[in-house]
Amino acid sequence: MSSPHVLTPGSSVSNIMLTVLAALIPAIGAYYYFFGPAILISLVLASVTALAAEAAMLQLRNYPVKYFLTDGSAVLTAWLLALSIPPLAPWWLIVVGTAFAIVVAKHLYGGLGNNLFNPAMVGFAVLMISFPATMTHWPTPLMLSQHPVGFSETLQYTFSGALQGVKLDAVTMATPLDTLKTQLNLQHAMGEIKNMPIFGSFGGKGTEVIAAMYLLGGLFLLQRRIITWHTPVSFLVTLALVAALFNGIDPGRYAPPMFHLLTGGAMLGAFFIATDYVTAPTTPRGKMIFGASVGFLEYVIRVFGGYPDGIAFSILIMNAAVPLIDAYTQPRVYGHDTKPE
Amino acid sequence: MRTLHKFHGGVHPPEHKTESSRLPIAAAPLPQRLVVPLRQHIGNPAIPIVKVGDHVLKGQMIGAADGFISVAVHAPTSGTVSAIELHAVPHPSGLPDLCITIEADGEDRWTERQPLDYQTADPDAVRALLRDAGIVGLGGAVFPAYVKLNPDQQKIKTLILNGAECEPWITSDDLLMRERATEIVSGVKIMAHLMQPEEVLIGIEDNKPEAIAAMQAACQGTGFAVVTAPVLYPSGGEKQLIKLLTGKEVPSGQRPINIGVLCSNTGTAYTVHRAVYHGEAVISRIITITGNVTKPQNFEALIGTPLGELVQLAGGARPDTSHFILGGPMMGFDLLNHLDAPLTKAINCVIAASPALFPPKPAAMPCIRCTQCAQACPCDLQPQELFWFSQSKNFDKARAYNLFDCIECGCCDYVCPSHIPLVSYFRYTKSEIAAQDREKMAAEQARQRFEFKQMREEREKAEKAARMAEKAATAAAAKAAAAASGVEDPITAAKQAAIQAAVERAKAKKAEAAAALPPSPQPSPAGGEGVNNTEPS
Repeated sequence: MSSPHVLTPGSSVSNIMLTVLAALIPAIGAYYYFFGPAILISLVLASVTALAAEAAMLQLRNYPVKYFLTDGSAVLTAWLLALSIPPLAPWWLIVVGTAFAIVVAKHLYGGLGNNLFNPAMVGFAVLMISFPATMTHWPTPLMLSQHPVGFSETLQYTFSGALQGVKLDAVTMATPLDTLKTQLNLQHAMGEIKNMPIFGSFGGKGTEVIAAMYLLGGLFLLQRRIITWHTPVSFLVTLALVAALFNGIDPGRYAPPMFHLLTGGAMLGAFFIATDYVTAPTTPRGKMIFGASVGFLEYVIRVFGGYPDGIAFSILIMNAAVPLIDAYTQPRVYGHDTKPE
Repeated sequence: MRTLHKFHGGVHPPEHKTESSRLPIAAAPLPQRLVVPLRQHIGNPAIPIVKVGDHVLKGQMIGAADGFISVAVHAPTSGTVSAIELHAVPHPSGLPDLCITIEADGEDRWTERQPLDYQTADPDAVRALLRDAGIVGLGGAVFPAYVKLNPDQQKIKTLILNGAECEPWITSDDLLMRERATEIVSGVKIMAHLMQPEEVLIGIEDNKPEAIAAMQAACQGTGFAVVTAPVLYPSGGEKQLIKLLTGKEVPSGQRPINIGVLCSNTGTAYTVHRAVYHGEAVISRIITITGNVTKPQNFEALIGTPLGELVQLAGGARPDTSHFILGGPMMGFDLLNHLDAPLTKAINCVIAASPALFPPKPAAMPCIRCTQCAQACPCDLQPQELFWFSQSKNFDKARAYNLFDCIECGCCDYVCPSHIPLVSYFRYTKSEIAAQDREKMAAEQARQRFEFKQMREEREKAEKAARMAEKAATAAAAKAAAAASGVEDPITAAKQAAIQAAVERAKAKKAEAAAALPPSPQPSPAGGEGVNNTEPS
């Protein structure tokens, strides 16, 4: 065997994936606390679907199924998708999205390490375009709900598509971002809108805490050196700056930066999605360009686009630019372009 | 305290230094038989100057330097030359090489040793002594020291003594500095005398407090500065240490001397001292025997000692030993042939490996572009890109992404969560590119030769035709003249014309020779490009 003869103890792809999954747990806990057990059911459904789809594709492609199945990458894709879509939804929604992510976005593009587009975001985009109505039925925070949905009821809804004695509208509502957009279109003023019960101190009730938990998990990933600071910092700073600019111009129409940072997929996107190794740039400068671009597009799509949140589309758009970004941001190599004395 | 200039990346593998650094250097006993390879340095192997059956003395030259980049090799003890033949040597290829075998007579009798007063001697005489004493860089590159220690009109600003010893497990430099600091510093003084640097820096990683103290004590009053650096592999890499201590970078494709820096290993300085003060050639060195042996230790052993005997001295390898690594775990190589391969100047460590100490690498996963490798690369390369290009045999791209700046330190492999043998890919791609370049150059030369031959043949044809025409014209003129005058002898006239023609021919030939004199033929219109684009590898 040729050198080197040693490896970093404990370093492996599965370890990285497991660490990222662990970093999501605080947010999942908050999700459960504020919105009930639906998220747990959809996480399980997504994981099972992802593993089944992954195993089938590995088998078809003549890969060692067990060796690759345990790398954790399929489960991570499943969790990111499950955390991005409404959890209280018929079973087929998450199954279709996850299967599409694994089969098409991941394996048809060459499998682990070769896919150009973020599989979870491809899954999200497919669902968003194919089932737009279902994708807007977000559960109401338990504290606001007249009828908190329990575990058995959630299961019942997930697999039968109906709730006994309750209308779906009674347990779901639009997201804070969606509400804001709709209300602004109705010419309501920002101050008035922000007093609606769905809004919390900074973002949405409950969702702002979940966002904070994503931030916590992201800091954990930074501390463990799983991700570098470049992408999340450039992403969040850009989003905040653009939001501050518009908020400064017209506070009545444009929400303040904190609102944008703590709603929707901003925190999840900045720390867990835009930092995806395979589909993001590899150079430090490239990561900053990528993060800033996604942050900017996120704002543009949220505020001026047709969708309530822009994380998936801004990521996918920028994924396509990654090879170009990498090619033009190569760092200076030792001994090249040295300063003359 | 001197400010250090951090180099990019680096890794910190488990050090495993204390295993072998607890005991002092032990003298290895004289073996019965010594096998001295003629190729123990970069460049041409030495030429044997003894015959089978000759009796040689300890320190006697048995192989002479062959050409510029070459040094001599010497008999490590007195005895009889029993063979000059191919023998197993410690080399990554595992191929045998030409060696001189000496049966020791047990007397260990020295040849006449001639010290040199380097301060009054001509620098060239000092360098000749270093060449004939077989002194090479003992840090691993084994480059002839006499070539390196030649300022050649370059101004040297900094002379660096490399005592970093950043590879895990190895402690031979550490122990040498602890026990023989005075001699090392004396060797550095000789180097400084030859190079006349403005400053002398001695770089040591801070996990060797005893060596640092000893070197600091030995440097009292010399003006040499001992600089300690935090442990970070590969701070002992020449380029990284230069950056660390001076903040300068060696430009790509150039040598440190181009930026006024010279870097030398502690062991080299020690041998320089022995050669100049005692007239002793390099016939021994310090080697660490460690890993899965019962009594890890450093030994001063004669060049040519079978490595197996040294492993025995360290208590022998434990039963679960799977193989042996020569050098450190980051850049060393597996000893492919038997342990009867001899100790050479380049070998500083033998690690007995076991599955427990060096677990086999798991099967490689696909690259997930995590950039751990890029963050660890001390050259600031992007190994994940180079891997991609190597895998797809996109050699032009690999070169454009500066593959040839890779120093093969192994940091990228070490951190790769997918366990991809990146350095092996890079070595393969480098050798493929080098082979392609050689082929390209050979084809280009063949084409130029062919075109030149064609040009010459055409010119000769034209000249021949011109000569014929000239001859015919002269003959006709002579005939006409003879006919016109009727007096002169037509034969004389023809002779004169022939002489004239011969003179012309000689002139033409001379001109032709002059045209062909420059070594490179005239480039043909289509030629030119591609002649100079070869890269030294």
